[in-house]
Amino acid sequence: MSHGVMEPVKNYGVVAEFETSDALIAAAKKAKEAGYARLDAYTPFPIHGLSDIIEFRDYRVRWAMFFGGVIGAMTGITLEVYTGGFDYPINAGGKPFLSWPAFLPVMYECTILFSALTGLLAMITMNGLPMPYHPVFNVPNFERASQDRFFLAVESHDPNYDEEKVIEFFKKLKATSVSVAWEDQ
Amino acid sequence: MTEPMNNKLIMGSQTLETIDEMVTDVVLDSKRHTKTWFMIVLAAFGVLQLLPIGVGWLLYQGIGIWGNNQPAAWGFDIINFVWWIGIGHAGTLISAILLLLQQQWRNSINRFAEAMTIFAVMCAGLYPALHTGRPWNDFWLFPYPNIMGVWPQWRSPLIWDVFAVSTYFTVSAVFWYVGLIPDLATLRDRAKPMWVKKLFAFLCLGWRGSVKHWERYQQLYLILAGLSTPLVLSVHTIVSYDFAVSIVPGWNVTVFPPYFVAGAVFAGFAMVLLLAIPVRAMYGLKDLITAKHLDWMAKIMLATGMIVFYGYMLELFYAWYSGETGEMTLLNWRLFGPYRYAYYALIFCNGIAPQIMWWNKARRNIGALWIVSLIVSVGMWLERFVIIPMSLTRNYLPSADKMYYPKLFDFVVFGGSIGMFITLMFLFVRFLPAINIFEVKEQLDHMKKHDSEHELAGVH
Repeated sequence: MSHGVMEPVKNYGVVAEFETSDALIAAAKKAKEAGYARLDAYTPFPIHGLSDIIEFRDYRVRWAMFFGGVIGAMTGITLEVYTGGFDYPINAGGKPFLSWPAFLPVMYECTILFSALTGLLAMITMNGLPMPYHPVFNVPNFERASQDRFFLAVESHDPNYDEEKVIEFFKKLKATSVSVAWEDQ
Repeated sequence: MTEPMNNKLIMGSQTLETIDEMVTDVVLDSKRHTKTWFMIVLAAFGVLQLLPIGVGWLLYQGIGIWGNNQPAAWGFDIINFVWWIGIGHAGTLISAILLLLQQQWRNSINRFAEAMTIFAVMCAGLYPALHTGRPWNDFWLFPYPNIMGVWPQWRSPLIWDVFAVSTYFTVSAVFWYVGLIPDLATLRDRAKPMWVKKLFAFLCLGWRGSVKHWERYQQLYLILAGLSTPLVLSVHTIVSYDFAVSIVPGWNVTVFPPYFVAGAVFAGFAMVLLLAIPVRAMYGLKDLITAKHLDWMAKIMLATGMIVFYGYMLELFYAWYSGETGEMTLLNWRLFGPYRYAYYALIFCNGIAPQIMWWNKARRNIGALWIVSLIVSVGMWLERFVIIPMSLTRNYLPSADKMYYPKLFDFVVFGGSIGMFITLMFLFVRFLPAINIFEVKEQLDHMKKHDSEHELAGVH
């Protein structure tokens, strides 16, 4: 490095591998009891109740979708009222220019379109995706996190983080393997 | 061809690993692909060539190469549009409505059906785009500030249709892609060659299956399902408004929206069966798309078929009960006019043929199921023929009495769109996971836990 002094590399955390979802859930509960606060788990499919155990709550995606829908509805109706009512009113069969029941379908479709696209963007950005590199990918066997293995991580910014102790802790939980997820240089 | 049936939705002694092998290897292992796949794609691609020919000649010569005339300005183009978009609806029904109803059996067929939706809507979109006559001006359909100072007429169902179909396509594509993200990560992790790994890593956005990812992901997935459910109902409702809002006899009926939606689901399930039956046999997916799945799809087909048939009966009743001369003229035209064979064929295809699905034996007979699905697909096409040109060729004034006959290029473009659909479907089966891996795994995990609880309690 240009400074000439090597900063100590901070690891991502300690990651343990489990064979079943039940083992992972049990381990996550124990880790919580042991006082670890910065936990994350990596699983091939969503496991019901796991986010409650690690006390992770984030309702922003659903709120984003709600407001996306509201904005969509407003956009649709504003467009129709302005263009159909004022900018270019068309006399069709002598019906009123501002016939709101006829404006509902477009307003409705806009609601759904905006809400879905907002939700997609919200999920991707709030998850920090796209992220091709993450230190947890350095964990041996981690490619099985998307297949048939279940991983539990204590992240290094946990207040109780002590690499040796966490490794000991996971070994006691009968993890198949325990390793440190290092940061690439 | 009869397959044994039990109540399991995942057959055999599966583990998470065998599911990966079964599904991802179809994509990653070229040995899983027989010559049959290649022959089908080649044949379908050959048929697809009708499309550039038909469309090219259409652009050069104009709509006159089709059979459309005055008064039958809506012919094959609108028939095919409605037919294709209806087929798409089963995909959304399976992926969204059955998800909300917690029907676990949808898990092995939803990805496949969603792909079908997207490709069917692509085929559907072709027709109104070409039907405008000057497709290079199709952007006029959308509201944008232009030098002519013109805006769309918002009280017309045709502009509702533009919004409904484009929203439907976009939301279906989003739903499909979101469902694919975790499976693309599985493909990334199982692929051997570096470039394949990189490709899937790019497509899955670096998904790593963190519980925090899943939490946000599931919120999105569930709400998308909640949005798609009314969306799919609205799309075919709005398509039916294209007809029902007019005063043409046979079109101006309030039964159209529900009856169109039921018809769409009916046609869509027929198409799912039509495609899923050969694909599951070709790729050894019979443990995941089981006889039970086919059985339930057949039952839904039967139920929606009955609703559609009820719609046909109501149409006849309405015409008689209204006492309108125009309606009665049309009724005679349908039952006794020169197009009557189309009407009777429709009654046979959609009303009578599906009735054999009442029998267990018929639902378990794969061959019978496939043939009934084919008959239903033809029947649903005939339904649109009966509705569209038949109503346009006989209504209030003698000036409207003119026959409609499709011409060669009507068939060329229609055939081309079928080729496009089959080509896309089989390319999809080859290059993307045709079964939703993570949902099947989740279901398997549930099943295993359930089984072990039973064992512990001594119930077996």
